[in-house]
Amino acid sequence: MASVLGPFLEILIGGLLSGVLYSLVALGFVLIYKASGVFNFAQGAMVLLAGLALVRPLDWMVDKGFPYWGAVVLALLFAGAVMAITAWIIERYILGPLLNQDGLTLFMSTIGAAFIIEGAGQMIFGSDVYPLKLYPTDAWFAFENIFPGGILINKLDVWGGLIAGILVAGLAAFFQYTKTGRALRAVADDHAAAQSVGIPINWIWFVVWLVAGLVALVAATVWGTKLGVQFSIVFLALKALPVLIIGGFTSVPGAIIGGLIVGAGEKLAEAYLGPVIGGGIEYWFAYVVALAVLMVRPQGLFGEKIIERI
Amino acid sequence: MNAPLSQGSAMAEADTRAAKIGDVLLKVENVSLSFGGVKAIRDVSFDIRKGEVRAIIGPNGAGKTSMLNVINGFYHPQQGVITFKGERRSEMRPYVAASQGIARTFQNVALFKGMSTLDNIMTGRTLKMKRGLLSQALRIGPALNEELEHRLAVEKIIDFLEINHIRKTPVGKLPYGLQKRVELGRALATEPELLLLDEPMAGMNLEEKQDMSRFILTVNDAFGTTIALIEHDMGVVMDLSDRVVVLDYGQKIADGTPDVVQKDQKVIDAYLGVAH
Repeated sequence: MASVLGPFLEILIGGLLSGVLYSLVALGFVLIYKASGVFNFAQGAMVLLAGLALVRPLDWMVDKGFPYWGAVVLALLFAGAVMAITAWIIERYILGPLLNQDGLTLFMSTIGAAFIIEGAGQMIFGSDVYPLKLYPTDAWFAFENIFPGGILINKLDVWGGLIAGILVAGLAAFFQYTKTGRALRAVADDHAAAQSVGIPINWIWFVVWLVAGLVALVAATVWGTKLGVQFSIVFLALKALPVLIIGGFTSVPGAIIGGLIVGAGEKLAEAYLGPVIGGGIEYWFAYVVALAVLMVRPQGLFGEKIIERI
Repeated sequence: MNAPLSQGSAMAEADTRAAKIGDVLLKVENVSLSFGGVKAIRDVSFDIRKGEVRAIIGPNGAGKTSMLNVINGFYHPQQGVITFKGERRSEMRPYVAASQGIARTFQNVALFKGMSTLDNIMTGRTLKMKRGLLSQALRIGPALNEELEHRLAVEKIIDFLEINHIRKTPVGKLPYGLQKRVELGRALATEPELLLLDEPMAGMNLEEKQDMSRFILTVNDAFGTTIALIEHDMGVVMDLSDRVVVLDYGQKIADGTPDVVQKDQKVIDAYLGVAH
């Protein structure tokens, strides 16, 4: 019994934890979508930019002989400032002039922003693969007394899970209980009406892109440690898409549950379905699940019900 | 609303209404607005006095909604001056308009559809809430009191508009008449000095129109809120308003009390059409 259960639990836990890492990226999308009704194509590029703005100054300071943890704090502050400037530029020069335009127009503008951010980020900070070591990456064997050999858990994934949990709790409180959170939801629903009650729409957009930028920074610390900071981080956005469709574009908890489902689902499918129908399931399994969800529940598991009156 | 009044009480009513109408609150001077080649408003001037109900009427496409959009800053006129509370501006900004005390409703109901009635009206309190983000999120101390205080103000509005039964309902699910009422509630929550209503009774049945008329009059009488409204139902306009400005093809063609405007030949022509 234990010999079957052990590997199953190992795969499940590994899958759930790696799913949380997808959720970290998906969260940035949810934030922008909730506050402006825009699918932000640039979120992946923002993770890359945040990672580069973190790792390059960090390497430079360590090279100059700064104490490591002091350098980490300074580099984090620097990267946060870079994300704030990016948010300001996006609001001022891209979204601001497009105020009161429809969602598709704004979506197209984020595609443009994505290319600019990717290009500018690599031009300024370089385009190699930069290793980052912010969290322990070694494995940890749990329950060795129950299962032979124990269950292998990656410490980095545990850190990712912890951080995602804290972020979600904070963001949920922010959206539900603050007037800024309510204003964000109002802006997402109707720009003109939000302005008419005195919601400063430009400020709200700056705040939301800033928060999305900081979430991107957090995601970059975890993913940068896992993969190294490199261009392919941009493609995380593609993995976040099924997470969003499953969880719902408007739900912060949905992004987490969606991530868990994708993470656990693809690892379990690879391990148990893979040998039967051929390997490589991991790469497309999430998209198939997303497709199934779209057919049954287009707003996602936790999305707001779409109310359409004619 | 249309109950026959004796001559005496009608006179008395006119006197008390005249007494509560004060100085000029908003003045629009020589405003012109065009979109490309289309001239939506041409050289229009009029004023709105404190405490009055001012109607803006005219055939479809006359520029009425454009005028409201100019007043609350959605559109920026190419020419003209807007004076609100003594301050002259060549254009308003929506945020400035709202913070200076101009609230509005929309022709096609612009509510936050996914949010409940209560939350929709709470957004109207945005400018009145001052506590910091962190203390709000944690719901501690002064922020908690502040939230309760604003909640109380919103509860009063909900009572007044008789929409208690739909407080938790997402407004997207409500029938049109109730949505219009929630929208009025959101505007009232900002405690406006000037309330702009864009066709508050469009698409309503007789009973709903009577309710809405009652709310508008009470807001005007009891809170002293100045109201500018666009409306197509002439019965309603004549009953509610103190003065009427008539627009046609972007130009002002008449301005005065309902009685005078009603008899104006230009107005009759604009509505009925004349052979040119």
